[in-house]
Amino acid sequence: MAKHETTKRISIWDPSIVRTAAIGALLKLNPSTMWKNPVMFVVEAGSVLTTFLCLRDAIAGTPGLGFSVQITAWLWFTVLFANFAEAMAEGRGKAQAETLRRAKVETLANRMRSDESIDVVPATMLRKGDRVVVSAGEFIPGDGEIVEGIASVDESAITGESAPVIREAGGDRSAVTGGTRVLSDRIVIVISSNPGETFIDRMIALVEGAERQKTPNEIALTILLSGLTIVFLLAVVTLQPFAVYSGAPQSTFVLVSLLVCLIPTTIGGLLSAIGIAGMDRLIQHNVLATSGRAVEAAGDVNTLLLDKTGTITLGNRQAAEFLPVGGATEHWLADAAELSSLADETPEGKSIVALARRRYGVAPRDTALAGSTVVPFTAQTRMSGIDLNGRVIRKGAVDAIERLTSANEHRPPAELRETVERIARSGGTPLVVAENGTALGVIHLKDVVKGGMRERFDQLRAMGIRTVMVTGDNPLTAAAIAAEAGVDDFLAEATPEDKMQFIKSEQAGGRLVAMTGDGTNDAPALAQADVGVAMNTGTQAAKEAGNMVDLDSDPTKLIEVVEIGKQLLMTRGALTTFSISNDVAKYFAIIPAMFAVAFPVLDALNVMRLATPQSAILSAVIFNALVIVALIPLALRGVRYRPMSAEAMLRRSLLVYGAGGLVVPFIGIKLIDLAIVFFGLA
Amino acid sequence: MTTNGWIQILVFLGLLLAVTKPLGVYMSNVFERRRTILDPVLRPVERTIYRIAGVDETREMRWTEYAGALIGFSFVSIAGVYAVLRLQYWFPLNPQQLPGVASDLAFNTAASFVTNTNWQSYAGESTMSYFSQMVALTVQNFVSGAVGIALAIAFVRGIARKESETIGNFWVDTTRATLWVLLPICLAGALFFVSQGVVQNLRPYDTATLVEPESIAANPDDPDSQGKTLETQTIAQGPVASQEAIKLLGTNGGGFFNANSAHPFENPTPLANLFSMLAILAIASGLTCTLGRMTGSPRHGWAVWAAMLALFAVGLTAMYWAESSGNPLLGGTDQAASAFQSGGNMEGKEVRFGTTASSIFGVTTTAASCGAVNGMHGSMTPIGGLVALANMMLGEVVFGGVGAGLYGMLLFVVLTVFIAGLMVGRTPEYMGKKIEAFDVKMAMLAILVSPLAILVFSAVAVLSDDFGTSSLLNHGPHGLTEILYAYTSSAGNNGSAFAGLSANTPWYNTTLGVTMLLGRFFLIVPMLALAGNLAGKKAVPASAGTFPVTTPLFTTLLASVVVIVGALTFFPALGLGPIVEHLLMLAGETF
Repeated sequence: MAKHETTKRISIWDPSIVRTAAIGALLKLNPSTMWKNPVMFVVEAGSVLTTFLCLRDAIAGTPGLGFSVQITAWLWFTVLFANFAEAMAEGRGKAQAETLRRAKVETLANRMRSDESIDVVPATMLRKGDRVVVSAGEFIPGDGEIVEGIASVDESAITGESAPVIREAGGDRSAVTGGTRVLSDRIVIVISSNPGETFIDRMIALVEGAERQKTPNEIALTILLSGLTIVFLLAVVTLQPFAVYSGAPQSTFVLVSLLVCLIPTTIGGLLSAIGIAGMDRLIQHNVLATSGRAVEAAGDVNTLLLDKTGTITLGNRQAAEFLPVGGATEHWLADAAELSSLADETPEGKSIVALARRRYGVAPRDTALAGSTVVPFTAQTRMSGIDLNGRVIRKGAVDAIERLTSANEHRPPAELRETVERIARSGGTPLVVAENGTALGVIHLKDVVKGGMRERFDQLRAMGIRTVMVTGDNPLTAAAIAAEAGVDDFLAEATPEDKMQFIKSEQAGGRLVAMTGDGTNDAPALAQADVGVAMNTGTQAAKEAGNMVDLDSDPTKLIEVVEIGKQLLMTRGALTTFSISNDVAKYFAIIPAMFAVAFPVLDALNVMRLATPQSAILSAVIFNALVIVALIPLALRGVRYRPMSAEAMLRRSLLVYGAGGLVVPFIGIKLIDLAIVFFGLA
Repeated sequence: MTTNGWIQILVFLGLLLAVTKPLGVYMSNVFERRRTILDPVLRPVERTIYRIAGVDETREMRWTEYAGALIGFSFVSIAGVYAVLRLQYWFPLNPQQLPGVASDLAFNTAASFVTNTNWQSYAGESTMSYFSQMVALTVQNFVSGAVGIALAIAFVRGIARKESETIGNFWVDTTRATLWVLLPICLAGALFFVSQGVVQNLRPYDTATLVEPESIAANPDDPDSQGKTLETQTIAQGPVASQEAIKLLGTNGGGFFNANSAHPFENPTPLANLFSMLAILAIASGLTCTLGRMTGSPRHGWAVWAAMLALFAVGLTAMYWAESSGNPLLGGTDQAASAFQSGGNMEGKEVRFGTTASSIFGVTTTAASCGAVNGMHGSMTPIGGLVALANMMLGEVVFGGVGAGLYGMLLFVVLTVFIAGLMVGRTPEYMGKKIEAFDVKMAMLAILVSPLAILVFSAVAVLSDDFGTSSLLNHGPHGLTEILYAYTSSAGNNGSAFAGLSANTPWYNTTLGVTMLLGRFFLIVPMLALAGNLAGKKAVPASAGTFPVTTPLFTTLLASVVVIVGALTFFPALGLGPIVEHLLMLAGETF
């Protein structure tokens, strides 16, 4: 995962994106698109008004044109900078999409006619339902489902993962993606979508922003910002009558400047960029989302459903310890266990050998020991083992071994039962080893929890998210693993219906549920969950049902997805707070400047000691425009997210963006004022 | 500022804290229909009222019906008050033979009393008959307050209920608020006022012979005026104590006399004054506790209370400082506090109250949307006047009017939670309810109304010599403040006046009346819509990821949001009014 971040991360100021975005910023001045962003629309309207007044003044030869022109120019820059931010985010989205699209190499397809004969056509001519044959070395021409055969497929083009994956007909690993390459064997695929409508195509379109719609939270925030804009519009429009009453009428340039400085242009200008960047960040993590709504929902998730196998545990049971019983020593048991497993190619068998050698110092031996007879596991005996130089070594489930020992009239010690039960209770699988009919002891096979999971679950808990492990294991085993992994709850002996039921009951309690899944039987649950992340290796049905697809097929990625969702909202909140806090300094800059002539005493409010009324107003306007540019990187990257309680997080955000938003403009406006005086601009 | 002054302030705040919980618990019992000690007496009365009015007390209303009932009730009330005032000459209990009230003034007064504003463009003793005072005005004092409480309770239900379509029954809530909350306390309060010397009778005004006749010189500017000597004084009186109690408890503020609580028959003693101030804040303060209990989160109620108290304390400190510092332009006068005088700026204040009690009253009455005054706000120092004005500009949420203060504050809570929720990376939730686009829209609409009315009408008024500035006594920044204050007071349904503005003109009577109606109903409708929408939502259980609304951080943030919204909206206007007046005063200029 870290690898993709580095390979796919695009520098914020990537020259080609900046160039395209600069042009995009101009195109976005079109009022028919601007009005969707009420805050910036007001700025544009103000800019048009002042431009018109500048022209009028220029024709009439009114003095003081330099100030008017500068104000007007900076107002236009304010709009352009906001458009630029949005265009930057879109450009980055497009660049991400381009890397995905590169995967879609123009290929030829071997289309099967109904009589099974082959017809070579360009991949773009394939339609849904067509059957194509793909052999080793060929590219898969489009998204589809394997109906015949098994093959290893190189999906690195879309996942970045170089190890090939196995895809086969039937079951949960039958989906293939266009643009990936078959490395071995031959498969028949039924194409599942028309060209331009494949899953990836649709996702790319979303990423590029073509189909972007405002998300619910974005709409709510836009309403808040529009409301504030109306308040400030009122405050500024009514200020003129008060000013006239007070004998200090104001020029339109000054009033428009005040208005633009007060309305929340910082967040208004960056709002859509933040939304697009959120989707981009998901893509950097190799996750494609079907909508921005899904990303937002991810930030709200209360309950995370995680499959045990592959997500929480490594997926294979491994030998954890040897527990001798009766008179056997640990080394004896380890030695016997190792011998019995030499020919056992299962992961469990291998782990027994490895443990015996590593921990108990059993010397490595060749599998092909002279005079040995390997006894393979059968469903009847439910034992496996080896006969070697008169040693008859067997390992198996406790009842199978007990049958063996009682047949030999060696009563198994009571200690054996106890040990077996203890292991079972702890969630492990006991495997008894016997030599010549005498039980030597028990191998403790354990589901191994992946490293670092406990810490991640602790973090999630700090974020207020409950993790629930889903497993087919019995409740005893499930409880033990749940305790070891540190999840909050578990769902044992879970069927897909149970999963669905669980999601529904959580949702009935008002909680949002996220889950990952790959199988067709996961599809209903994926659709029901608020955030359903389908694995790219999963079936088409699963992918269609979920609202995100993880190209790396890494179930733990759900956690990153949640963080990205939170980061998205936090970035909005932080910039809103910053934007509103900025107004305090702007008032202190502009109000004394406006009434410096009528009420010289108001200079007491000029705490920044700005040089002249003109320089004060100009400085505030310039600061207001530049701060948008300065915050583009923050909008695109998102504010830093650290798992902590809401209270702690809020305190930190308020300190940084609230208090910071109060202080920064005082400094910024003062510096700009000094620069303006230095260059003699006002 | 003196130790004595601070002790007065602390005693007052201590008493306020002491009444909050008992009153809050009692009100939550009343509105959640649990048994109270008054049930044996009041239940039969209540049932009779419902039987006569045909109200089914078990039937609940959706927000639309609730709002409809409220608007219908208020409209009928306005029409009724208007009719009584216009026709008072023909009604009984008019010993002074006062004529019917002019149409614009009658409209203004009807709007004023029905909206719980109690702005008075008239002087009570010379305009209103006893019948008008008792039947039209005092009745509205009760029911407008009861309606406010009912609305607050409806909003709290919206927050507390889950997946519910209804928010209560308007008629039941209003009736219970009147019978269980306002009436019993007013009954006790009126008796207390009588004990302090407040009059209560229906007699014609007395005439007394002055011990020392007073000469009045002719006005040099008016050639028609003649100097005269006064030998007698008319002593106005009437059923004052009964109106006084509800005037304060219901945050109405409409005085029986023009001088309001500065009049010795309304507010005779320092003890009566302390009781008055406590009565103004008691219900608003208690309702925060009711909020906590009804939502199942008492600490949330206290967190909201703390935000109100913090804003109150800041305003009080500023006003007390400004008023006790006195007027720097009166350099030669002794303005220091001593054993013989309270010191400070005593212009427009009663000697029996002094600067401290006048400051507490001034802050209380403006914070709480009451509007009763025990001193003249127009005579305060610019900063003192600024505090009074700012209290109202914040939206009357610093305790605020009965009910109105709580629902006003809860609108800010919704905004606070929205912004805070974003900052913690979750779709904002309030008591587990997600705050979505519709909720933000309604909250913003409700919050927008007051600035709209205040700024637009003030802006029109200051531009017109004919009907706007011609009513001003003072010009310059002080004049601007007079106009701003009048519209702010109306929009906030406060009703206190800054004096100096002759508001009994067709323009002011009409626009101020309209402002009161806007400030009340255009806020209430979106507020109820929000309540109805919240009631229908599922509640998400709180988790570590939820922003808690019970902590000091929440209190701080809530208070900040209130201040920031108010300050950003009104700073330019205040800058040209009290702020520049203060700076000019320091430079030696007054208006």
